[in-house]
Amino acid sequence: MDVDPVVQVIGASVRFAGDIALDGVDFRMFAGEVHSLMGENGAGKSTLIKAMTGALRLDAGAVLLEGRDVDLSTPAAAQRAGISTVYQEIDLLPNLSVAENIMLGREPRRLGFIDWRRTREAAGQALSALGIDIDPASMLSSHRLATQQLIAIARAISTDVKVLVLDEPTSSLDQDEVDELFRVIRRLKSRGVAILFVSHFLEQVYEICDRITVLRNGVLVGEYVTTELLRLDLVQKMLGKATFDLEQMTTRAPSATPAAAREVKVSAQGISRRNDMLPTDLDIYEGELLGLAGLLGSGRTELARLLTGIDSLDGGRLMIDGVPRRFHEPRQALRHGIAYSSENRKSEGIIAQLSVRENITLALQAERGWFKPIPRNRQDELSASWIEALDIRPADPDRLAGLLSGGNQQKVLLARLLAVAPRLLVLDEPTRGIDVGAKVEIQRLVSELAIDGMTIVFISAELEEVLRISHRVIVLRDREIVAQFDPDEITIETLLTIVAKAEDGT
Amino acid sequence: MTALTETERPAPTISRWRHFLVGKVAWMPVLAAVVILVIMLVAGQAYFGRFVTPRILSSLFVDNAYLIVLAAGMTFVILTGGIDLSVGAVMAFTGMLAAKLMSTGVPAPVVIPLMLIAGAAFGLIIGVMVHYFDVQPFIASLAGMFLARGLCFVVSLEAIQVKNPLVLGLQSVKINMGDWYVTPTVIIALLLVVGATWVLGYTRFGRTVYAVGGNEQSARLMGLHVARTKVLVYVVSGVCAGIAGLLFTAYTAAGYSLNGIGTELDTIAAVVIGGTLLTGGSGYLIGSLVGVLVYGVIKVSITFLGADASWTRITIGILLLAFVVVQRVIVARANRR
Repeated sequence: MDVDPVVQVIGASVRFAGDIALDGVDFRMFAGEVHSLMGENGAGKSTLIKAMTGALRLDAGAVLLEGRDVDLSTPAAAQRAGISTVYQEIDLLPNLSVAENIMLGREPRRLGFIDWRRTREAAGQALSALGIDIDPASMLSSHRLATQQLIAIARAISTDVKVLVLDEPTSSLDQDEVDELFRVIRRLKSRGVAILFVSHFLEQVYEICDRITVLRNGVLVGEYVTTELLRLDLVQKMLGKATFDLEQMTTRAPSATPAAAREVKVSAQGISRRNDMLPTDLDIYEGELLGLAGLLGSGRTELARLLTGIDSLDGGRLMIDGVPRRFHEPRQALRHGIAYSSENRKSEGIIAQLSVRENITLALQAERGWFKPIPRNRQDELSASWIEALDIRPADPDRLAGLLSGGNQQKVLLARLLAVAPRLLVLDEPTRGIDVGAKVEIQRLVSELAIDGMTIVFISAELEEVLRISHRVIVLRDREIVAQFDPDEITIETLLTIVAKAEDGT
Repeated sequence: MTALTETERPAPTISRWRHFLVGKVAWMPVLAAVVILVIMLVAGQAYFGRFVTPRILSSLFVDNAYLIVLAAGMTFVILTGGIDLSVGAVMAFTGMLAAKLMSTGVPAPVVIPLMLIAGAAFGLIIGVMVHYFDVQPFIASLAGMFLARGLCFVVSLEAIQVKNPLVLGLQSVKINMGDWYVTPTVIIALLLVVGATWVLGYTRFGRTVYAVGGNEQSARLMGLHVARTKVLVYVVSGVCAGIAGLLFTAYTAAGYSLNGIGTELDTIAAVVIGGTLLTGGSGYLIGSLVGVLVYGVIKVSITFLGADASWTRITIGILLLAFVVVQRVIVARANRR
């Protein structure tokens, strides 16, 4: 291209305690483009982003903004220079108004005091520039997550922004909300903003991005024009190995028992919960891998929580092995061998301040009771065997779980649940927010567990994934089950139309 | 002047009203405190007769001026999610210091700024410990409390009488308005409340206080001056403790090293009853004023009843418990929405 890049990173290197996180990476972005930074966890994506946004200093190399060496020592300095970031966990303040969240730190002032009227006006302008129609005076906490994200973007662009970094912006949005976000992104693009779009969703990257830069193990793999890069090639470049994993995964694990001979493991009869679930019937068979498909808010998580005693039933009953049971808290369900892995890995799963070993033995210890501690050598044995079995990396049982990558945290979580030998395992989005390689590994693991005869309920936002590994697929929509299929008899396109609901009645 | 009024016309009332409604969830605890205050006044009037009189209402302010000042400073700290246990001891220390200096002939116009500086210094130490050394506010301010209390004893073990007419005048001058009266101490306290309300609502520092209380990490990523703000709120609280030291010295006409023991807890109670969340990020200074008045009415009622003074603490304890529970419920409901 003839134009000069708006941002240019030259020879960026960063080390953390001897580990090389970035090694001489070059990176550039042009005004008015949407650029994607791709790579597995540990590829150096977030390190590069942090270096550009002032959250981290480079050990070597430089970041040039419009050809000049600018001060990017703090997030505030980066923002002043024109680089703004919207983080994955939306970093806004729920206790303040929308207007304040957008304008905080740069409110128009008169005689040193904040001019609230002009503040609200400026916030309103930032919102309408994005085509968002909400009252700037309303409280941030009164808005949906997706709206909050757009508000975060409004904040980012209310300065003279040249580069906008969106870190995993779509991970908790449903399709409509993603469309809304993309509309905003295109609008910004036409205004000449360079947008760095970081996402695990390949479809979205292909839909919105003009160019893709791939990193692997802290090294630049290359910069590509999206339309000239095949998906398979992209994945290959990210993984740095042949795509045998994906090939291998296309075969579904055979079920342990023939369908006809299966016993009903759990039978839900008209279970319901106010605001969460309409009365629903569901039989889960011994040894099957049941996939739950549906959009965010369709009731997929809510159903899982009802089955596992996280939320209590308002109506209906649960039969476990033919006996009616009532669960008021998860430990009662656990006693019957029913374990739940939450979609919120960070807040409801992994305990970041505990070591990998402690995280793995946690559920088992809870089951034994806290007055009978598991002997240390038994703990070591247990964690070592699970670390090996699930290939948790780094293979250090004393490392704090919070320091692991998302994929490895998910494995630790799985190990914790598997350690209590559950008979029904409910996995709510176990592959969310982890890189492609780890995703494939988790999928394979789940399949293997099913081969061994464990009953598994597998929830995922990615239809393709559900379709590929499940024995049976159930579709939820508007808080009820709307369809069920043999995954061999349905294509992803058909599934998509059912999940998304054709308003026209098809 | 006329030209100015034209350009500085206030915002339309509708947007003002909307702005008021913005924080209506956060206003609910304040409203609850007002309701409690009114109920107590009405009940007192019904039970004692002659309870809601200008004289008693005036005395509520006069007797609690120092507490109003402390509560104003404490509100800043609690809004950031911190706590300052040192204020009672710092108030006593600045009082002691002032009494000692004035007894040796140092003039009041020199002593009074010194009190404020001493208070600010304590706040600065606590703030730096909290922010830069990552010490829990509870521990840091507890250390400040011990330090200030210990220094009281260094100054003098005995009470030191204050005879300075300027300082005593703060309390003894009564400005009568019909049956109502105020003293300079009340005027100082109320001016401080107005000023602090303005600072919290209309300055970047004030809004950053709320931001830090809402989510410190987010505030930092937004590029706000988190470090400066976190240190500064303790300095504000320290300065308020210094001012309270002045008012309390005027009130008791002496400096005494055992003054104000437990006052920090009364202050925190008043702030919490006034609707400020202990977790930070939500609350209003005017609520803290109402909280102090609730405290004052309880104290007066107990005196009227002739009951033991310990009942003040018991009543405050029960109220505090009720308010903390109410706050939890409000927060939980807000989260559920």
